[in-house]
Amino acid sequence: MNSSTTIASILLAAILTNNMVLSKFLGICPFLGVSKKTDTAFSMGIAVTLVMVVATAVTWPIYHFILAPSYTYLETIVFILVIAAIVQLIETVLKKYIKPLYNALGIYLPLITTNCAVLGITMLNITDSLNFVQSLFNALGAGLGFLLAMLLFSGVRERLETADIPEFLKGLPITLVAAALVSLSFLGFAGIGG
Amino acid sequence: MNKNLGYFTNGLIKENPTLRLVLGTCPTLAVTTAAINGIGMGISATIVLVCSNLAISLLRNIIPDKVRIPAFITIIAGFVSVVQMLVKAFLPSIDKALGIYLPLIVVNCIILARAEMFASKNPVLPSVLDGLGMGIGFTAVLTLMGAIRELFGAGTLFSLPVTSEFISPMIIFLLPPGGFFVFGMLVAASNAIAKRSGKKPVEHLGCASCPSRGICESANITEKEEAAENE
Repeated sequence: MNSSTTIASILLAAILTNNMVLSKFLGICPFLGVSKKTDTAFSMGIAVTLVMVVATAVTWPIYHFILAPSYTYLETIVFILVIAAIVQLIETVLKKYIKPLYNALGIYLPLITTNCAVLGITMLNITDSLNFVQSLFNALGAGLGFLLAMLLFSGVRERLETADIPEFLKGLPITLVAAALVSLSFLGFAGIGG
Repeated sequence: MNKNLGYFTNGLIKENPTLRLVLGTCPTLAVTTAAINGIGMGISATIVLVCSNLAISLLRNIIPDKVRIPAFITIIAGFVSVVQMLVKAFLPSIDKALGIYLPLIVVNCIILARAEMFASKNPVLPSVLDGLGMGIGFTAVLTLMGAIRELFGAGTLFSLPVTSEFISPMIIFLLPPGGFFVFGMLVAASNAIAKRSGKKPVEHLGCASCPSRGICESANITEKEEAAENE
């Protein structure tokens, strides 16, 4: 298999088959909390994708050139601190140089520090022993997959607002059941990309 | 003494972190494919929770308010690394089953939320008891959910065959949709019980105790304002 098909399959697998939210259960908080409206869901998804790719670009070299082989047990603590710093940095840079993007994404950035999807993808890249380029595409795919899940689910939730829901399911339970059905539809992608 | 007992029992039922505060949803959904995984995850998180509550409570007057969240995260990450290494060394099968969700205890909002809401404001003993109670409450729900999914999805309980010989198992319960569904049903059941005893049902995620709730709220407020303007 040549390298471009590998990258394509990594990308597809990360978006569809191994979807961050719907099959790996990472980033459930923003998925359930910020997905009430489509445009909010979109901004959050873009912000997460951006942070995931940048975080991977920074943590991968740190792991392979500084921590490996003797300090790998510091992975967790180093990664979370690096991600926190990156989020701060991205926020500052956007605020200074790309104002419109900051206005659109700014409020979502601090939320991302403690988002398990970001820490999760940087760690998955290490455990799956992907190389640098593959890691970047895996992160991009995971981010886009998160975005896709958020967008689809926000559409479902806008429908739910007007639906007649049985009393005992009102609120969080119906949201979770709806998420189960969206996740069920993603099972259909099993086997694609691999 | 009774007051201390109250700190402990608070997390068990009244403010159960998973079903009443709705925190730590990610590990709840991800690792509960078998009852034993629920116990493993629950105990690991409990150890981290008790230790981090202890450390944060001791340091509560030293940590400057502005940098408290990064400081909490660093303390929590330290304990998570310790637990991770212990599990890897002594319980390799649990380590394999929990995978990356074990190090992800760092970003488990139960731990950060208890640090922020309780340990940073209370003395050591109540903080430790609070951590222990919350941890046991979390473990109990995780084990229950793991047992339900294992029973329906594989027909076994703690890997012992129960119904697998005469009913063919419904694998969907072990797959991601089953996780969302069973959790939804558990929240619905807990809501029904809460309602019967005169408490308010849970309608949203546990934002009240989330450290980043201010940000979410401001996002929602701007949303509402925009909606008002559009109208």
